[in-house]
Parts: sequence; structure tokens; C-alpha cells
Amino acid sequence: MPRALTLTTGLVGLALLLAFPLVFTLPYPRDVMIRIFLYAMLATAWNVLAGYCGQISLGHAVFFGTGAYTSTVLVKTLGLTPWAGMLVGAALAVALSQLIGYPVFRLRGHYFAIATIAVGEIVQTLMINWDWAGGARGLFIPIDRTGSLIAFQFRDKQVYYYIALGILLLALWVTRRIERSRTGYYFRAIREDQDAAASLGIPVARYKQRAMAVSAALTALGGTFYAQYILFIDPESVLPLSLSILICLIAVLGGVGTLWGPLIGAAILVPLGEMTRIYLGGTGKAIDLVIYGFLIMVISVIQPGGVMALAQRGRRRTG
Amino acid sequence: MTAEVLLQGIVSGLLMGFVYALIAAGLSLIFGLMEIVNFAHGEFLMLAMFSTYWAWALWRLDPVVSLPLTAAALFLLGFATYHGLIRWVLGAPMLAQIFATFGLAIFLRSAAQAIWGVDFHLVKDPLVQGRISLGGLFIGLPQLVASVGALLAFISLNWFISRTEAGLALQATAQDRQAASLMGINTERMFALGWGIGAACVGVAGALLTIFFYVFPDVGASFALLAYVTVALGGFGNVPGTLVAGVVVGLIEVLGGLLIAPALKYVTVFVLYLLVVLWRPQGLFGRF
Amino acid sequence: MDRPGGEVLLDVRGVTKRFGGLVANKDVSFQVGAGELVGIIGPNGAGKSTLFDLLTGFQPADAGEVLLDGRRITRLRPDEISRLGVARTFQKLKPFTQMTVLENVMVGAFQKTADPARARSQALDALERVGLADKAEAHARVLSTGQRKRLELARALATQPRLLLLDEVTGGVDLRSIPGLVALVRELNAAGTALVVIEHNMAVIMDVSRRIVALHLGEVIADGPPAVVGRDPRVVEAYLGQAYVR
Repeated sequence: MPRALTLTTGLVGLALLLAFPLVFTLPYPRDVMIRIFLYAMLATAWNVLAGYCGQISLGHAVFFGTGAYTSTVLVKTLGLTPWAGMLVGAALAVALSQLIGYPVFRLRGHYFAIATIAVGEIVQTLMINWDWAGGARGLFIPIDRTGSLIAFQFRDKQVYYYIALGILLLALWVTRRIERSRTGYYFRAIREDQDAAASLGIPVARYKQRAMAVSAALTALGGTFYAQYILFIDPESVLPLSLSILICLIAVLGGVGTLWGPLIGAAILVPLGEMTRIYLGGTGKAIDLVIYGFLIMVISVIQPGGVMALAQRGRRRTG
Repeated sequence: MTAEVLLQGIVSGLLMGFVYALIAAGLSLIFGLMEIVNFAHGEFLMLAMFSTYWAWALWRLDPVVSLPLTAAALFLLGFATYHGLIRWVLGAPMLAQIFATFGLAIFLRSAAQAIWGVDFHLVKDPLVQGRISLGGLFIGLPQLVASVGALLAFISLNWFISRTEAGLALQATAQDRQAASLMGINTERMFALGWGIGAACVGVAGALLTIFFYVFPDVGASFALLAYVTVALGGFGNVPGTLVAGVVVGLIEVLGGLLIAPALKYVTVFVLYLLVVLWRPQGLFGRF
Repeated sequence: MDRPGGEVLLDVRGVTKRFGGLVANKDVSFQVGAGELVGIIGPNGAGKSTLFDLLTGFQPADAGEVLLDGRRITRLRPDEISRLGVARTFQKLKPFTQMTVLENVMVGAFQKTADPARARSQALDALERVGLADKAEAHARVLSTGQRKRLELARALATQPRLLLLDEVTGGVDLRSIPGLVALVRELNAAGTALVVIEHNMAVIMDVSRRIVALHLGEVIADGPPAVVGRDPRVVEAYLGQAYVR
């Protein structure tokens, strides 16, 4: 696509997104959009490690939970503004990611994926049993009646929309910067063939840790946002394996290893989940997962590259 | 924490270890053949347990009686999974392979939930019940039977792959696919056979577990995690190694629960796994 | 044993590698001078590729030392050795299949520069040298074997190595492409890069090398100019059997 066209499309798209909550003022569509942004951001963050660098983490909820719990605990114990808590959460997530990466990056392929599941389970179980941090009952974020910026709580829910959009754009920007830099090339080389990468002078372990750090930090930002938006967190909502899987699914559906794939995946899956929930009533929870499961199988067989790959194939045929 | 409680725990861990080993053996066999982890292995177990339960609920077939049927049914499931799904992702990138079986896992688990609900089911009054006393220790008869059954199945599996022609062909295919096909071994058939046998192992384990374990759609999840850790600990592709690993996992699970905290028994297993991996990435007996 | 003229770049001393009961390399010693072209020959199983793995840090040696410019590189990681100026190709080619030809080579070029634009132009230069510049935008996976060999070579060259280890130049390549590849190897050497080449095609390696090191069952059985090594009875025996030793 010629540059001018891409730029115009991008700006128009952005303008539409910015205008959305002003046009559709009802809370429900706004809430759906916020969730699309949040999941798209989480999937974009995951994509940096898994899509570009090829390290399939199935325990990414760990970083989401770290962000959520850190900012929440700091608000409750120190009254620290969640904005600062967000940064601390991101820093903690990075530290945790390096700690996890050290043993786990020695593994390759399926071994690595399983180890990340194990880590995720460990952290969730620990948090369930850590009563000081709420345990299984979870934590409520104290409501700030003034609805101020410092407290990261807003009477006017539209502000959440713009913050979520902002975080998503940040994640996309970071991904784009990496994609075009030496780091991006090195990530992809590691994904394709670690040995060849090493033979070309790439310190593989160091770059994997870098990918992990970026991914973890971004994911943690989402965790803090979630905590401030929903005002309640517990291990079941911010640390479960199902969340880790959902993040992967979104990225894979849209196109893993591409810039826009995760956003496309979220834009498809979140509304799809909503529709199944609405139309299939009480049993919706299981049915939409049945559909997800089926979808994943179909994608993996027919087009592991996701929607982005399908679009590229279509373009090549018509171009 | 008396010596008696500790000893009781060790015996219990040992018994469960054999069951874990059998479940893990199927997983290891499949991986050894084609370097694919069956992330739906827990769901295979769950289906085996449901199949056993319904055979009892509908036709009054005791689990030990319906065991051969369950094993056969799971064999077919494994076979069908290979031909219907796995065959198409053999040459695909690893991500596609992981997601193929992962998707199957989610599909099976949610379908089970949608069809049978989330309730827990339990076989009442099975043929095997009660407990025996061995030197002051109480051992539940169902657990003992399940354990011995699993051990026997494991030994048969090992005998099969090392003494029969088909089994040796399986091993050959696992070690060097190209060489095996050059020797006239139909690798396609070996893969399907591997999946069938791997699933059948889980079928046997599931039938045995249903004697005393609750059956519900999520039941496969925790067993699966322990199975992955067992396989990784023993070394992917090394079937005999999973016996030792299974016992280790079983013991650590119980001892972790007794000595640290019951809620953290899985955590102890996973932490142990990560420590082993730190020291030996390919597991205790694996080849990389 | 023929001593190379000029400074010694690579000094292999008594390198040994065992895999369980199998001795892949036994007390292997030889030297490579700056700008020299040394060929390594030996029947299958002689331990040639293992030797490369040992030299480039992909396998740890059980005994012996490897020195580059007098500096020990025996325990270093592959990427560390690469950054010291040693590049290699693999017998089983390893192109980055999801990337274009140009992107593949850029990965190599990035070792010397962090700037994508400069890496791009360095990569194009490397592609020019191997004759693949016209395929720059093609995806690596559509290349033929001969082209993939050139790609892997270009990628290694982009790291601007002082020593290049080539594992099989002509293997799997169609006959028409061989002379081109051989000429390329000669050019690289003429430009000052030291080369160690594993090769099965006798005609090629005898013609191109200044020195030949012959391996058999993991041991060095001859080390000298092609003419001398070609007539060495132990080499003849290793390749053709006792009956042919005159």
C-alpha cells in the first residue's frame, strides 16, 4: 500500500476511534471497546516475545497480575497514586520476567511452553494463599469519591476509554520501533533458528531476556489499568491460565508476529465472545469456549499466520 | 508430623506416582515419535473417566470391567485425532502444532462442560473398595488396584515397544524418521499407532482413577500439568524414564503437601521441575 | 607437516571430543595462517563437522585448546566466537525462512553496525559478492539449494570475518553451479579472508586449497600441500581401502 494511503487510512481510523465514545455514549459499547483495547494491548505485548522472538509463553497472566496487584497494594498501604504504582508494577514485572527467564530460556520449544505454564500456576497458587495480599478473596481498590486524575479513577467513564486507547497505541508504537531496529531483526533471527543466530554473533539469551522485559512491562501496565477500571482484583481474574491462553489466542487469530495482528484478533474475538454470551444465554460460557477451541484448531491447520496471513495471500492473488 | 503420617504419605505418593507415570508414558511416546506435545492429554484422561462413569451410570458396568472398552475407545480417539488433526500440522511451525492440540483441549473440555455440566460425578459402590492394612499402614484398595494396574500397564507398554516388531518399529521411527521409512516402515501408520497407544494408556489410567476419583470436565487439567512435568522431568521421548519421574512427582506432591502446606503441593512439584530444568534442561534421562 | 607462512590465525591443539563411547575427534591439531585456504577432507564419520562445532563453540571439547590470534577461544559461546571474527556455514543449511534474502544478510551485517540503513547497504554488498543481489527481495524459502548456499555465505560474510569456516561448498548443488561457487571461494580468499573448507568433492578441494588436512576416524592422518596429501598412503587407504595403496 502506498505510504500516503496508509497514513490517511491510519489518521481516519484514529479520528474515528477518538470520536467513538462521543457518538456512542451508552456505557455498554464503550465497555466493549475498552475491552478490545485492553486485550489488543495484552496480545500486542505478548506478541513481542512470542510472535517476533518466537518464545511461546503460556503464562503471561503472571505479568498482568503483577501490575494489578502492585499498584493496588501500593494504593491500599501507602496511598500511592496508581500512576506511580503502574510504573512500579511494570518495573517489578520486568524483574520477575528476568528471574523467570533465567532458568526457563534454557529450554526450547514445547519444553519452554510447559515451563511457562508451570510458572503461571505457581504464581496463581501462591497469590491464592497469600492472605496479606487478599488471598482468594481478592482486593478491592478503595473508591476515591472525588474521581480525580491522581487517584486514577474517573466519574466520567469516557476517560478510561482514552487511557486504554493510549496504552494500546503505546504498545503498538513500541512494537513498531522494535520491528524496524536491529533488535527486531535479532528477535526474528532467534525465532527462526537460534543456532544460526548465535553463529552470526547474536547473544541469544540476552535478547530473549530483552524481549521478555519489554513484553512483561507492557503487560503489567494493562494490569494496573484493569485494576483501576474494575476496582476489584483476585487471582481468578488477573492470574488464571485461561487469561494467558486468551491472550495467545487473540494474537494467533489476528496474526502472530505482525504489528496489527493482535488488534485484529481482539477486534474479532471480543465482540464474538459478547455475541455468544448474549445469544446463548446461561450456557454461553462453555459454548463460546467450544467455538474458540474449534477456531484455534482450524486456524492452526489452515492458516497459522492468522487473519493477517489470509489478507496477504488475498492481496498477492489480486495484486 | 509423625513418622506414621510421613510413611503413609510416602506410600500414597508412590502409588499415585505409578498412575502419573502411565499418563505421562502416553505423552512421552507421542512426543518421541513426532516432537509434538499433546496439550489435550488431560482432556483425553477426562473423556476416559467420563466414559467409564457413564458406562457405570447407564449400564452398571464396573470400572474394572469396562476398562478394556475404555482403553479401546481412547485408542480410537487417539487414532482419530492423528488422522483428523495432527497429520495436518506435522510439517507446520511449532506454534501451529502447539495450538492445534491446545485448541483441541479447549474444545473437548468446553464441550464436556456444555454437554454434562460442571457437576462432580462419582462412581458409587465399585467392585473394588475398602482398605487393607499393611504393617500398621492403611492403604485404600482402590488406590492400590489403580496403582498396580497402572504399573502393569506401564510394564506392558514397555514390553510392547521393546520386544514386539511393531513396538521396535515405533522406536525406530522415533529415533530416525527418515532411516525408518527407508527400511520400509510406514511412518504414517507408526504415527497413528503412537497416538492410539498413547491415548489408550490414558484410557487405562482414566478407567482406574474413576474407581475412586471425582469426574468433572476440568479434572484433566491438574493431571495434565503433572503429566507434562513428569514427562519433562523424565526426558521427553524416554518412556522408561517416566516411571522414575512419575514416582518422583508423586512423592514430591505428597511430601510437599505434608511438609509445607496442602494448598502448595502443586507448587512444590513445579518448583522442583524448574530446579531440575535449571540443572539439566533435557530432564533426568532425556536426549535433547 | 607443512608450517604456514606468515602469522598463525587459528591454532588447534590436541582437540578431543567423545560422544559416549564414540570418539569423534582425537587429538586433532593443525594451524591456519592469516589469509590461508585450508581444505579438510575425510570419509564420512571422520569427524569433520564435529570439528567445526568444536571450533565455533557449538560443542564443548573434552580436551585440547583452540586459539585465535593467540587467544583461547575454547570455552567461549558461539556468538562470542563470531564477534571475534570467526564465521561459519552449516552443512544442513539454516536460512531464516520467514525473512527475505536481504533481511537474512542484514542479520549478519548488524554485527558490525546498529543502524538499519547501513546494515542494509552492507548486506547488499555481501549479496553482490556472492551474486545474489537480484534476489534481495525474494523470500529465503523459495531459493534453490545452490542459492541457499550463497545466501548462507553472504550472511556469514556480512559479519566481516577474518576466518570463514565453510561446511560443504558443493554438496547438493547442481553441476552447473559448482564452478561459480568455487570461483567465489577463491575470490574470498584472494581478498584476504582465511578459509577452512570441508569438502567431499576431491577435484574441487584439491584444486582450491593451499593445504589439506585429512581426517580419518577422528584423527589427523595427513597435513600438507594437496599433491603430497593426495599421494599419502594412509589417505588412500582411508578412502579407497588397503587394496589401493601402492
